[in-house]
Amino acid sequence: MNWGSLEAFVAMGGYGPYVWGTYIVTILLLAAEVLWLRGRRRTIVRRLGLMRDISRRRAHETQA
Amino acid sequence: MTTVVFFVIVVSLFPLGVGPEMDRLRPLAAGVLWVAALLASMLSLGRLFAADYADGSLEQLLIAPQPLSLLVLGKILAHWLVSGLPMVLIAPVLGIQYDLTGAPLLVMTLSLLIGTPVLSAIGAVGAALTLGLRGGGVLIALLVLPLYVPVIIFGAGAVEATQSGIGPEGHLSLLAAFLMLSLVVGPLAAATALRISVE
Amino acid sequence: MSQRLVNWFKYSSPATFYGLAGKLVPWFAASSVVLFAIGLYIGFFMAPTDFQQGEAYRIIFIHVPAAWMSMFLYLLMAGYAALGLIFNTRLSGMMAQAIAPTGALFTFIALWSGALWGRPTWGTYWVWDARLTSELILLFLYVGFIALQASIEDPRRADKAGAVLAIVGAINVPIIYFSVQWWNTLHQGASVSLTRAPSMASVMLAGMLIMVFACWFYSIAVVLVRVRAIMLERERSSAWVAEQLADAHA
Repeated sequence: MNWGSLEAFVAMGGYGPYVWGTYIVTILLLAAEVLWLRGRRRTIVRRLGLMRDISRRRAHETQA
Repeated sequence: MTTVVFFVIVVSLFPLGVGPEMDRLRPLAAGVLWVAALLASMLSLGRLFAADYADGSLEQLLIAPQPLSLLVLGKILAHWLVSGLPMVLIAPVLGIQYDLTGAPLLVMTLSLLIGTPVLSAIGAVGAALTLGLRGGGVLIALLVLPLYVPVIIFGAGAVEATQSGIGPEGHLSLLAAFLMLSLVVGPLAAATALRISVE
Repeated sequence: MSQRLVNWFKYSSPATFYGLAGKLVPWFAASSVVLFAIGLYIGFFMAPTDFQQGEAYRIIFIHVPAAWMSMFLYLLMAGYAALGLIFNTRLSGMMAQAIAPTGALFTFIALWSGALWGRPTWGTYWVWDARLTSELILLFLYVGFIALQASIEDPRRADKAGAVLAIVGAINVPIIYFSVQWWNTLHQGASVSLTRAPSMASVMLAGMLIMVFACWFYSIAVVLVRVRAIMLERERSSAWVAEQLADAHA
């Protein structure tokens, strides 16, 4: 264990802003990438579901 | 024609931004001239294949019996004659505006002579890839400028080496090596890119 | 023997790879989280304070892995792109397109962490040293690749054009790095380069290596998710996509 207290851990020997500035930005960017991909997948799946429903409905209409 | 005008204008604008002291301009000279040459060369790339593409003669080139790379090499040399060579010829005059004389001035001109065909060769690849795309000039710039980096490093570096007494031989030989490499790889890559863009 | 050959090509079809990728993602995602946890624990709680740089050196545990990933992913991207160009396989082109954003992201992280490491250690946020300058140019290469593909509507043309660009870029990367190093040694002279990391205690090395694997597994997971999305988007009119969605909704 390196750190005597939580304050010491956050302070990082005075370099806190640099160290945490790096890691927090990194975590945010990686999280953003994951969330973006989730959204992308959801969009395409939803759009394909809609397309399938529309084409099914059209097929029924032409049958009727 | 417009290429060399752009070149002259950009080089002349710098002192207006940076100040007229020769002591400040002299060390900047090589870098300024090289960046200006780079940008000027790049500006005319969009037109390299566009005209032929528009009137259909590009497709004729693709099915011609001659190897496409050879034809592309011809276009690259044509581009250099129209945009690169005029810059080489006017460079000594511009160099004097930055108090370059004697050996540095000669090396400056020589570096442009060897380097500008490389710019045309690499640029042809960018022009071929972006044929017919919107976003045009900016997109070519984005693709091509990173690839220009070694050319400017050694082109401008040669002048600096002369000014500091080290001698430009190393830089100029590397530049010549880039020239050989780019005249082989450039036309091949550009020909491949042309087929991809036109089909 | 021919059995195994057939199996490989089976996985080069998007339809089959889609399922395989879907099964692999959770494993790589979970592994990366575990590896990040272990790596960061080592980096913050086991590695001692550096004598010269104090606690600021701990940035290295993300800076170096990010830089390695940025370069490795570029080569991988160029490799897939080349495969797609040579063998005309759709999946290879999709993989290259899937890798690019993650590679660009790690390049940015390398630059950002490098800047924040440089400021307390050498006084400036930006240093024109060989490593950072090459990383910056690598970022431009990634952005150029992404921009080119984004501006081409036909996916096949986008794949092939991107491939030419990626291959030309890959050839240039060592040339660029060498040029920038030459340029840097000529100009920097005596000043310390950002690339000279503090001499590594084995604990620090272990932490860094684990972080590299963490980033590596993260990249695999993210790239597989992205390539699945790309497959759905591109192949939306084919039968296998309809089946996949029917299964998903069932």
